[in-house]
Amino acid sequence: MEIPYAVKPRPDTGLYNAKVGIWLFLASEVMLFGALFSSYILLRVNAEPGTWPHHWLNIPLGTCNTIVLIGSSITVVLSWASLKMGDFAKYRKFQAITILCAMAFMGIKSYEYNDKFQHYEFALKNGNVVDGHVDREKSTVKVPFWTPFKITDESGKGIIVVHGHKIESKDNAEGHAELMDGNKHPAHTEIEIAVSDIKDFSNYGPWHNTYTAIYFVLTGLHALHVFGGALVIFVVWGPLAGVWKKDPERYTNRVEVSGLFWHFVDLVWIFLFPVLYLL
Amino acid sequence: MQASTHTDSHSHDAHGGHDHHEPGFWQKYIFSTDHKVIGIQYGITSLMFLFFGFLLMLCMRWQMANPGQPIPVVGSWLHAILGDEMVAKDAQGRVGVMMPDLYNSFGAMHGTIMVFLAIVPLAFGAFGNFVTPLQIGACDMTFPRINMVSYQCYFLGGVLMLASFFIPGGAAKSGWTSYSPLATVAGGGHHPDGQTFWLIGMVALITSSLLGAVNFITTIIQLRAKGLTWMRMPFFVWAQFVTGFLLLLAFPPLEAAGVLQLADNMLGTSFFLPTGLVVSGQPMHVSGGGSPLLWQHLFWFLGHPEVYVLILPGMGIVTEIIANNTRKPIWGYRSLVYAIMGIGFLSFIVWAHHMYLTGMGTKISTFFQTTTMMISIPSVIILTALFISLWGGSMRFNTPMLFALAFLPMFGVGGLTGLPLGFNASDIFLHDTYYVIAHFHYVVAPGTIFALFAGIYYWYPKATGRMMNEFWGRVHFGLSFIFMNLVFMPMFIQGMEGMSRRMYDGGASYAAAAGSTGLGAFVIGLNKNITYAAFGLGLAQIPFIINFFWSITKGKKVTSDNPWHATTLEWQTPTPPPHGNFDKEIEVFRGPYEYSVPGAPTDYTTQNEPDKQAPLTHGNPVRS
Repeated sequence: MEIPYAVKPRPDTGLYNAKVGIWLFLASEVMLFGALFSSYILLRVNAEPGTWPHHWLNIPLGTCNTIVLIGSSITVVLSWASLKMGDFAKYRKFQAITILCAMAFMGIKSYEYNDKFQHYEFALKNGNVVDGHVDREKSTVKVPFWTPFKITDESGKGIIVVHGHKIESKDNAEGHAELMDGNKHPAHTEIEIAVSDIKDFSNYGPWHNTYTAIYFVLTGLHALHVFGGALVIFVVWGPLAGVWKKDPERYTNRVEVSGLFWHFVDLVWIFLFPVLYLL
Repeated sequence: MQASTHTDSHSHDAHGGHDHHEPGFWQKYIFSTDHKVIGIQYGITSLMFLFFGFLLMLCMRWQMANPGQPIPVVGSWLHAILGDEMVAKDAQGRVGVMMPDLYNSFGAMHGTIMVFLAIVPLAFGAFGNFVTPLQIGACDMTFPRINMVSYQCYFLGGVLMLASFFIPGGAAKSGWTSYSPLATVAGGGHHPDGQTFWLIGMVALITSSLLGAVNFITTIIQLRAKGLTWMRMPFFVWAQFVTGFLLLLAFPPLEAAGVLQLADNMLGTSFFLPTGLVVSGQPMHVSGGGSPLLWQHLFWFLGHPEVYVLILPGMGIVTEIIANNTRKPIWGYRSLVYAIMGIGFLSFIVWAHHMYLTGMGTKISTFFQTTTMMISIPSVIILTALFISLWGGSMRFNTPMLFALAFLPMFGVGGLTGLPLGFNASDIFLHDTYYVIAHFHYVVAPGTIFALFAGIYYWYPKATGRMMNEFWGRVHFGLSFIFMNLVFMPMFIQGMEGMSRRMYDGGASYAAAAGSTGLGAFVIGLNKNITYAAFGLGLAQIPFIINFFWSITKGKKVTSDNPWHATTLEWQTPTPPPHGNFDKEIEVFRGPYEYSVPGAPTDYTTQNEPDKQAPLTHGNPVRS
């Protein structure tokens, strides 16, 4: 039994089945990310004045990732166009660049994630707040990456060394602004804090505040899509390359459909970048 | 279509051109890619969930009618399975009293199972899969393997939901709506609990619906037989088409909400947890800053289209059966089509009428009140067109028709009682009472479920080649009709008297003391009547269950492929349809309901009957 229009387009719709399918799937993806973007808006609008962070992310790195993804979008189209012109070798080259771009994107993203997990905010018992990256070599206790944020300090003399800055109190408007705006962080110094002075602390993981929470969920889900898309492109590129010989039209359709998905993934990033990095 | 030309046999096992060997049991029944087998898999699984969800409710009804009394027989079984934490002893030391946590679990899981594991899979998964490709003259779905995966995801979701009853702390117990922050704090911390299973189970079910929806819509767009133009599609196909879009676009926001709530429950984020949340006297150790309203918006953005996912396939089934048994065309076919599209569109902008009492503001309430009133217009158009279709018909009152006829007034009651809930002023009074329960159960239970029963009796001969027993079908109908009303009608009274939903003791703790206001003895006494009626409703299903299985081998054999003398294409296949469906290429020449056409030789003219006036090669002859 052969399903009609699996490869050739149906005359009255002008589309083959998978193309209809992927567009419908993308429509549902729009609703998925749309819901998350709406959640972002609602959380941000509801936030108390001054509590929404700015410039917490590295804009040059974000820009770099944007360029990487846009570049991969171009190579995806070029690879598909090469197949349409029957040039399989050229397709192979372009699509290899796409896959490398995906890997570069994930690499940069992991670096950014790691940075957030190394970045801590310590609230001290005297009301001071120390904010910065923990120097794990100089610190005498283990500082956890994950909830629950508790330190075991049997000697009672544990020391944590932080490269960052210190503010007198969160109630102080200037100090608060220093914390919430990455551009207002003063120059970093090495600060030593005694574990016994710590009232509460956490790193900049999703639990830190609603901004980091929505940042990790949005970019995490997007990274999952980058991974999935790259995986499909790779499988078509490598293990399934034999289909090109047997059924070039079907193979080209597969490249087109995976390319459509890839463009969607890029498009999501085009929205994520300004929303999370710039605004 | 094309492929069906390869098959020339009427036998059950006829195949397409490519594989001539006989598939084994596993490939044929378990890992099948045949839309009909998948439809039947969906059907049997969802009917079992329907029954299971009903049993959960019977336990709850016992507790409401007899608060603190051990449940006879079943109580000791529950105790053996779930232990002391969930099922306790009464004052006399008899085992089997349902604890409040178990009551909450059963309530939440009754809703979840009935909506996501019973009605939607039955209406969309089972009927949609089995009937839609046949009615459009297709050989299968466009993506048969994705179709199989869709069922498997559904099955996985069901297994996760069932498994959650047996984990420490029991199944999810924050209502089927899982409102935050309750759903986050009910488990008492950031560790896996029933709610975690619920959320992961929901992700599996959403994936299943998503794959199904993509498949259905693509199939209807791409695989319609030659000549089957949009306005010649049976209304059932239209209903599935619109339902597919609702599932496709409404479910992802719930998936997003599920991911966020999972993060709240497991990672300790605060998407839905406000600043300053105090639980059991202790300030909660979270960052705060989240919004409980956000969950409700995301949930009901799915939740309301979901209501139409429940009802539209039912309307489609009823339309087919009414046209077939009145032996005349459906009145206002085009209005039905435009009305169902209108419902589909409007259903996306009414969700916040579930949230009038959340303090989201009167302006927003006014907007949603307006859209809610607007959506009743297309619903009334559909109901009216179906009522008018009965006019002057020479009706055959067989079992499917009885259920379809009962659907009309029952859905009418459900729909009309929704109006006071849609107006935000009267909703203040009725919100969260038994009135709400009565309202939506009228829509779904004697509404949708009757339509689904009608569909089962109607398409059973196509699936099995045998009819279900007519006498026991009528018994099933009559008793179900009576008991359904005895169960749900008193709930309107209880609700208007102010009896709140989700009460463990059936409202006894709010009973009126002498001279005070509160729930009167009559209102609370109704709990007993409802419980008896619910047991009666359960007993009334026994003839159906026996009939269903007995008729597979013992039912009266059909003498033709078209036992109901119907016009639509599913009756043009061999019975039961082989893999690949049609044994000849199908071309459509006319609309779906050409019954009693003047001058025609029979009182039904099938869609693939060539039109004598129009040239055969012309795909789209103009007909009124």
